[in-house]
Amino acid sequence: MKRIRQFSFVLLVAIVMASLGADFLAPADYATQFREAPNSPPTRAHLLGTDALGRDRLSRTLYGTRVSLLLAPAAALLSTLLAGLIGGFAGYLGGAWQKLAMAFTDLFLSLPWLFLLITVRALLPLNVAPSTSVMVTFGLLGVLGWAAAARVVCAGAASMRDSDFVLLARASGVSRRRLLLVHMLPNLKPVLLAQFWLSIPVFILSEANLGILGLGVAEPLPSWGSLLRELEDFATFSGGMWKLVPLFLLVAVVMSFQTLISHKNEVSA
Amino acid sequence: MSASRIGRHLATMLVTALLGAFLAATLIRLAPGFDADVQQLDSRLSHESVEALRAERSQNRNIVRFYLSYLHAALHGDLGRSQTLSRPVRELVAERLPVTARLVVWGVLLGWMLAIVLAFSAALLRHAGVHLVGALCAGVLLCIPSAVLALALVIWRAPAFLAIALVVFPKIFSITRNLLERSYELPHIITARAKGISELRVLLWHVLPVNGGQLIALGGVSVSLGLGASIPVEALCGIPGIGQLAWQAALGRDLPLLVTLTVVVTLVTLTANMTSDIVNESLKPRAA
Repeated sequence: MKRIRQFSFVLLVAIVMASLGADFLAPADYATQFREAPNSPPTRAHLLGTDALGRDRLSRTLYGTRVSLLLAPAAALLSTLLAGLIGGFAGYLGGAWQKLAMAFTDLFLSLPWLFLLITVRALLPLNVAPSTSVMVTFGLLGVLGWAAAARVVCAGAASMRDSDFVLLARASGVSRRRLLLVHMLPNLKPVLLAQFWLSIPVFILSEANLGILGLGVAEPLPSWGSLLRELEDFATFSGGMWKLVPLFLLVAVVMSFQTLISHKNEVSA
Repeated sequence: MSASRIGRHLATMLVTALLGAFLAATLIRLAPGFDADVQQLDSRLSHESVEALRAERSQNRNIVRFYLSYLHAALHGDLGRSQTLSRPVRELVAERLPVTARLVVWGVLLGWMLAIVLAFSAALLRHAGVHLVGALCAGVLLCIPSAVLALALVIWRAPAFLAIALVVFPKIFSITRNLLERSYELPHIITARAKGISELRVLLWHVLPVNGGQLIALGGVSVSLGLGASIPVEALCGIPGIGQLAWQAALGRDLPLLVTLTVVVTLVTLTANMTSDIVNESLKPRAA
């Protein structure tokens, strides 16, 4: 198991490094169209071939990996902050506030995740600039993905509210603000960190689903979701394994995250 | 279980569904481009027709008014008219709900069957191979987007409910396996096994009752998982169900359809969760 974890970590680091070095490693820009070579199989010039518009698939995969791997953690950070804020305050204040916040959280959780996501995504303009679509897609994931984490944070904060050290701090006259920021927040850090890491693979998969449904990152900017749209073409599955590289990368990254997270959970348990 | 408890469950469900629909209506109303209609740009339309379209849209401007009139009409069986499909929403929902229900029910049942068979086999046989096969299948399936699974099944001409089953299976399997593993470490189960009670009897008489409640609760969650997966599955497999309708409504920004679908899906999810809660509570041993 230790070897699998080490392999997962090395794989993850290698993929992140390759995507960060896309500017140097990619043979062409992600949007450059080689019109003389559309749908080309792997050649020396195009190691993973080209897509229907003649764009180099390796370059698009590298840039797409960068978009997905940088923005999924950003969305996870946003959702964790929201979860910490809503769940933390609800747990700390308790009583009616906690009930109200948790009722709102239940409302969010009663809707299937993908359903909620496409509904809210559709409320925002669909024909936007590619850079805006990236922000909209990942921003949405961050804004909507807080509910499950908030429940966990609320439970953690509520149990801490009644603990001895908080009672002692209160009895010593520590202000509410100091109690929350100095005494409770550092103790909630492990819960928040766990929720952050758990959110990343969920958001990567959600972005991929949105991309395939045409509600994700807009062309020509690549992301794993928009790259996987190519799979809609039936010939892709039979046409050559190189077309499936983005899918393999996505599965490898999500699996590495799952392996590392499960180990972290085992250790903390 | 007392009638008052069931009544409380139903009241909570109703309030949550109404609040969910109001939230959806508010978000849709505040969405950019709410007042715009592509039809208004049609050069063939006369000035009067464009004005009529504008007036029709402006009726929906006030969120509360829009929502209250929607609720009033819904109570009288009128769920509005789809702007993109030009058909009554009630007709569309009635037509497509059974399709999704069949797909989700079969998918969830198959997913549960696979998960239970593998998790229980791993627990009963205590064979590393069975454990590995289950963990590997669940691990890989957890990492594949449901839309990719749907596409693969379209290409391989496999039934669509299999995609739902493959989405539900890994989550149910992982949780069930973890529950069983923890149960086998409980002192009374270690004692039972040490006394030489058969593995099947240990599983059915001692392990299952400990985890029954959590497994029943999982039943409600799996309906939500299945409904979520129905969107990419129906959209990509061309199945005319609620998922495909939601996708089309999202792409067309169809307000009445989206609000109704939000309420329908919320109600179905809440009913599933409530049913599992009621079953759970009625199975709990009562204090003398």
